[in-house]
Amino acid sequence: MKIGLFIPCFMNELYPNICKATYNLLKSQNLQIEYPLSQTCCGQPMANSGCSKDVKTLAINFVNTFKDYDYIVAPSGSCVSMVKEHYSEFFDNDKDFNKVKASIYEVCEFLHDIVKIENLNFNISFPYKVGVHNSCHGHRVLKLATASELNIPYDSKLKNLLNKIPDIELVTLKREDECCGFGGTFSVQEEAISVAMGKDRIKDHIDSKAEIMTGADMSCLMHMDGIINRDKNPIKVMHIVEILAGVKP
Amino acid sequence: MSSHSENASKFVANDERMHWHDQALWFVREKRDRASKSIPEWEQLREFANQIKTHTMANLDTYLLEFEKNATKKGIKVHFAFDALEHNQIVAKILKEKGVTKLVKSKSMLTEECHLNPYLENLGIEVIDTDLGERIVQLRNEPPSHIVLPAIHLKKSDVSDTFVEHLGTEKGNYDPTYLTRAARAALREDFLTAQAGLTGVNFAIAQTGGVVVCTNEGNADMGASVPKLHIASMGMEKIIPRLQDLSVFTRLLARSATGQPITSYTSHFHTAVEGGEMHIVIVDNKRSQFLSSTKNKKALNCIRCGACMNTCPVYRRSGGHSYEYVIPGPIGSILGSAREPQLHNSLPFACTLCGSCTNVCPVKIDLDSQLYSLRQDLGSADLIDGKKKMAMKVTAWLMTKPALFDFAGKMARFIVPKLPNSILYNKANIWGKQRDLPKMPEKSFKEMFKDGELDD
Repeated sequence: MKIGLFIPCFMNELYPNICKATYNLLKSQNLQIEYPLSQTCCGQPMANSGCSKDVKTLAINFVNTFKDYDYIVAPSGSCVSMVKEHYSEFFDNDKDFNKVKASIYEVCEFLHDIVKIENLNFNISFPYKVGVHNSCHGHRVLKLATASELNIPYDSKLKNLLNKIPDIELVTLKREDECCGFGGTFSVQEEAISVAMGKDRIKDHIDSKAEIMTGADMSCLMHMDGIINRDKNPIKVMHIVEILAGVKP
Repeated sequence: MSSHSENASKFVANDERMHWHDQALWFVREKRDRASKSIPEWEQLREFANQIKTHTMANLDTYLLEFEKNATKKGIKVHFAFDALEHNQIVAKILKEKGVTKLVKSKSMLTEECHLNPYLENLGIEVIDTDLGERIVQLRNEPPSHIVLPAIHLKKSDVSDTFVEHLGTEKGNYDPTYLTRAARAALREDFLTAQAGLTGVNFAIAQTGGVVVCTNEGNADMGASVPKLHIASMGMEKIIPRLQDLSVFTRLLARSATGQPITSYTSHFHTAVEGGEMHIVIVDNKRSQFLSSTKNKKALNCIRCGACMNTCPVYRRSGGHSYEYVIPGPIGSILGSAREPQLHNSLPFACTLCGSCTNVCPVKIDLDSQLYSLRQDLGSADLIDGKKKMAMKVTAWLMTKPALFDFAGKMARFIVPKLPNSILYNKANIWGKQRDLPKMPEKSFKEMFKDGELDD
């Protein structure tokens, strides 16, 4: 089983240690990981801004880079959902794209469903109160957990994984899956609302006594981390792979 | 800055009021959650509703004719209006023929869409909105800020101040019961003196030729029964095929809208009152445009429950007026921007694409997908900000050159940490207005990987 590691462009530039944690986490499962260097960006920022036409070259580049892997794994629900949901307009039932679309996974989803949760063991204690921020694209598009709006049985792949970590305590938020207000260029175009939403999300975590806020999308966490640092809020953000890989806060 | 974001930032500036608005609507969303989860077959009902509506829209020509035939048989006069103006002209003509000088109206978003009130007022006809929330905003000369809760942007004290001015209530009395009674007394007088009543339509049943109106206040029933003349205005998408289909929608509508099992009144109008007349005006007003669009067609399935507004984190924090379109929130952003892209080009971007709206929608409209595709339509039509468009083009170009992108990142990591905050957090850095920038690491992941630093 050959796995291609897809690292979102901004994480490569800004969060190399989280990328490293992702790499090591997958390695620790005795998986064969490759990191193809020709990758750049999935094109989501442009597409969400109404410029999906500019994304075609990137989409073709992406498919060419990753088409030969059995699985493509990325530490971002939102970038994975971009490839899965919005690339089809560039490919006319193309066999390579269809393969990429079917084999791309967000890392938690991959660990939970492909490596299988029952085969996973995490030994490093994480004695903290943790709030899970369900980033929308992973949550409602990839269905990493059951959305609160739906009347179907509840499950959460992120919480199932975290619950395997010794001594961790998951807190209950007032709003299980409210958006944090990042939204790509929304964070700048609608700055006032974006920050208001971020502050409310952080407050919900602090009110719920969380010491750490975690999630599967660094973009949302980057936005809230920016507010937390500016406002000196008593909470810290960590990407879920850091917790799973045994990184200390 | 586009118009929604400007309006939204003003709404957000009053932090206390913004949070009050957010919480009031979140409360409704939670009621909706409890009501929907009390029905085990909820998701199946949504799917039924989706299928009934989708089928009906695909056969709308047939059902409209069937409806017209059956309504006519019951003595109802059916009119078809191509656009808002024709709708208003038809209504005005009926009213003029009967010598109507005062019209009582129950809630109808269609008449808001057609701007019927000012049209009739210009002709010297007095129009009284009789839904309490609608009456409040009418007295204040404001448009509704929500399609189910038209005055949700107002507090008790605002209502009291309005009533002091227009209904002569006691100054400083904020008691909701007192204020409601005052409105009721004034409206009762209007019901008794109006010569005509106009209602909206929630569902028009092709099989029976009757229309159904769902309200909580009974005002539609008063307006349709006391005066001898009843006009019902409806968008042509309000048709459902059979009476039995109605049960699917009545189970979904009130639960989605307010979390009630059913509206207090679900009134069926099948003919005129004794000695009176009933008219139905069926309006297109660009609905055909949606019917012929592959991507936006499902927007016509909307039953106007308002659940997408209540759940929308942007709507809750920006208020309905920030959208500057007759219908706000996710569905309004679709309708407004598809109808008048030049005017409403900021609306599809007043959204984080969180997808909560799509999940609460009782008829399963693909709201977030449509908002995404409308963004592409605006981009193709050159209706997005030129600077943004250029920035996206440059970024996309840069991303096709992996080596150049790596170099750009390296330069940023070299330069940015050396910049003083006064330069880093300049006016153009909108991100940094209320948020710190992430700390620049020494190396990118790619560099760490190349330098063999991963396996330690």
